[in-house]
Amino acid sequence: MPVFLTRLSRLRELPVAVAFVTLVAITATLNPRFLLPQSVKDLLLNATIIAILAAGQAMVIISRNVDLSVGSILGLSGFATGTLFAVFPDIPIVLVFLAGISVGAALGAFNGILVVTAGVPSLVITLGSLYVFRGINNAWAGGTEHFSGDRPKEFSNLSVDTVFGLPIITLLAFTVIAAMAIYLAKFRSGRDFYAIGSDPEAARLFGIPVGKRVLTAFVINGALAGLAGVLYASRFSSVGARTGTGLELDVVAAVVVGGVAIFGGSGTVVGAAIGAFLLTTITSALTALRVDKFWQQAVVGALIISAIVIDRVSTLRNARRLRLDQARDSVPALEKGVTQ
Amino acid sequence: MQNHIPVLVLADAAKSFGSVVALADGRIDLQKGEVHALVGENGAGKSTLVKILAGVHSHDSGTFEVAGARVKFRSVAESKAQGISVIYQEPTLFSDLTVAENLFIGRQPKGRLGLISQSSMRQQARSLFAQLGVPIDPDRLAEGLSIADQQIIEIAKAISLDAQVLVMDEPTAALSGSEVDRLFQVVRSLQEKGVAILFISHRFVEVFAISDRITVMRDGSYIGTWVTKETDSNAIVREMVGRDITTLFPKEEATRGDVVLDVRNLTREGVFSDVTLSVRQGEIVGLAGLVGSGRTEVARAIFGVDRYDSGSVVLKGRSLKSGDPQAAIRGGIGFVPEDRRKQGLVLELPVGRNIALTLRNFLAKVGLISQSSERSHAKDWGDQLQVKARSLESGVATLSGGNQQKVVLAKWLSTKPSLLIVDEPTRGIDVGTKAEVHRRLSDLAQAGVAVLMISSELPEVLGMSDRIYVMNEGHIRAEISRAEATPENVMEAATSRQKVVR
Repeated sequence: MPVFLTRLSRLRELPVAVAFVTLVAITATLNPRFLLPQSVKDLLLNATIIAILAAGQAMVIISRNVDLSVGSILGLSGFATGTLFAVFPDIPIVLVFLAGISVGAALGAFNGILVVTAGVPSLVITLGSLYVFRGINNAWAGGTEHFSGDRPKEFSNLSVDTVFGLPIITLLAFTVIAAMAIYLAKFRSGRDFYAIGSDPEAARLFGIPVGKRVLTAFVINGALAGLAGVLYASRFSSVGARTGTGLELDVVAAVVVGGVAIFGGSGTVVGAAIGAFLLTTITSALTALRVDKFWQQAVVGALIISAIVIDRVSTLRNARRLRLDQARDSVPALEKGVTQ
Repeated sequence: MQNHIPVLVLADAAKSFGSVVALADGRIDLQKGEVHALVGENGAGKSTLVKILAGVHSHDSGTFEVAGARVKFRSVAESKAQGISVIYQEPTLFSDLTVAENLFIGRQPKGRLGLISQSSMRQQARSLFAQLGVPIDPDRLAEGLSIADQQIIEIAKAISLDAQVLVMDEPTAALSGSEVDRLFQVVRSLQEKGVAILFISHRFVEVFAISDRITVMRDGSYIGTWVTKETDSNAIVREMVGRDITTLFPKEEATRGDVVLDVRNLTREGVFSDVTLSVRQGEIVGLAGLVGSGRTEVARAIFGVDRYDSGSVVLKGRSLKSGDPQAAIRGGIGFVPEDRRKQGLVLELPVGRNIALTLRNFLAKVGLISQSSERSHAKDWGDQLQVKARSLESGVATLSGGNQQKVVLAKWLSTKPSLLIVDEPTRGIDVGTKAEVHRRLSDLAQAGVAVLMISSELPEVLGMSDRIYVMNEGHIRAEISRAEATPENVMEAATSRQKVVR
């Protein structure tokens, strides 16, 4: 097999990409309206926010952590966006974006500092901050909701206008994902995240600044969740106390389905983003195919489990293949102690 | 060689962790192009000294000079920047990354736009491996590499870092003979290039084969440095333990009783086949062979951790089901595994709890375990085996390797087994404790316990076993009595390609 094909077949993103293409093809055959420009646009819009969150979460998971508080961060940033427009109707949109991203980054830093200094698993820390951030959101918003009518037209149009057939916020998401992908694949500090996720203790012995990198992962992930909150306010009509509730599980699911190992060390941002598109598309596809809503969740669940099983099986098979290669390479070796 | 400024000098170095003094008086000096061996029992302070050189720990007091300049490292990065590379006993590769990336992590070659260039990284990795004469594919994942290859990669890493000092902490502990030879070739070629090498090992044959000078440590302190050619292993051992060790392998005659373990035609597809062996009361039976010949796998199948496909395991006349370790324990088998940290101990639990683990059913009354009876049992056995721990409540992770092994032994001996399977009982254990473990096994045999001992150390196999089975590629190739056994015929059976007919 040519090197190119060998490498392609080992790509962790391959299964999810194939699943995605197959899903779209089958659904489009059975229901051609599935590929109408408007449906495609809706699909992209629905997936955009999850895809951004998945990109950030992928970075955190690759470094053998997890951030369960992203739904709450998105909620706070979304509500902050709504509030800003309500209080300062003439505020420049760029400033709102900066504000949302900063809120997210600050909350991410809160998580990151706790994880790095307390040495408690991030699962526990961020489960706590999920409730803390949501509580702050509840206290702040109370029963208040901000509606899209209060926001400038240009802001809402970000999720309506298209460039080359793609909604602007989707283009924004693609840019973010591409930047993240290049950073993690092509920069020295980006590669450190994989080393940390692969073996945190070895990374420390090796002199990789583990604490700094993990903190970075949480800050970037928080910032992206903040960005997603701003986009949420552009895309949806209202933001309030419950905005973004429960999103964290969709995000982790997308990341895992996208081929990022849940214990870190491997996977890519692009895979995670495809995972986000796959999960969103499945929901729409099943609707287009008139599958009962109750079954849709079961299908998503089955997908997550099969992604993990496929990953596990291929890991085992790889390990076996490597062992066999090894056995073939090594000449029968004399036992230690023989020289005596 | 002695007239140059030393590449590295550490003198009067001390390091404490809380009230525990890990290093009282650490001293070492390394000359350009020398291989300097550092020996000492476990707990002598070698690891702490290495970690000071590596920048993992900072010394509390003392002087540390690299190339004539005073230094005090606060991070691994500072140590590396001074040209010091450390290869730990267990190589620290990232299994999810490729070999090439493992070599260059944190300093990957950059191409256009400051991005990492995969192709030049691959190329540099290739040329490093070519220089070392080893065929490792830079594109494969580090996952699944043998320890020997992992160590070669660590060495390649050190070379590419242009290391002036290479510290190797027990690099040969898990290597086979030819792998050790390959490692030594590499070490010698580095030596010729002027690299100073600090070589830590428990194996005197290797220490004497490779080193120019030997430094001995005991109880956290420097004892002395000798020119290798002017000393011998007895003298060094004496300095290490502070006393003479007369018999390393004190197996004494014991009366043989009935057959305790009778294994017939045991087969596990693709792993081992047609294994027939027996162990009598009072007998120590050695299971020799190369690493990977299936010894551990057979032991695991007998104990029931792994399933077997066909054949039979009969313990004291009762047949044992495949894949049921509970039944094996009830039947009276104790199993001291090869990897005590992962399989032999629960590192998170204190010493006492670890010892009492196997007694849980026995100690339980109405399904509840009484703390006091657990403690008193643990104390009895801990005392009998002379486990050196501050208290039964100390974490077992803090003990030295030898003492950990004693805890594992205590755990199993407390079940009063009729068959004890020990897999590499003295791997990574210092000389003094090693002799104690051997004495203990010999005592057990005299008390009528049947012992099946897997070992890679030929002197241990020959010294301890009444009978030796030699495995080779999943088959038992020879059965040799104590009287007939020689290093040559055991190795012959372990390495020959045809079946030895007996």
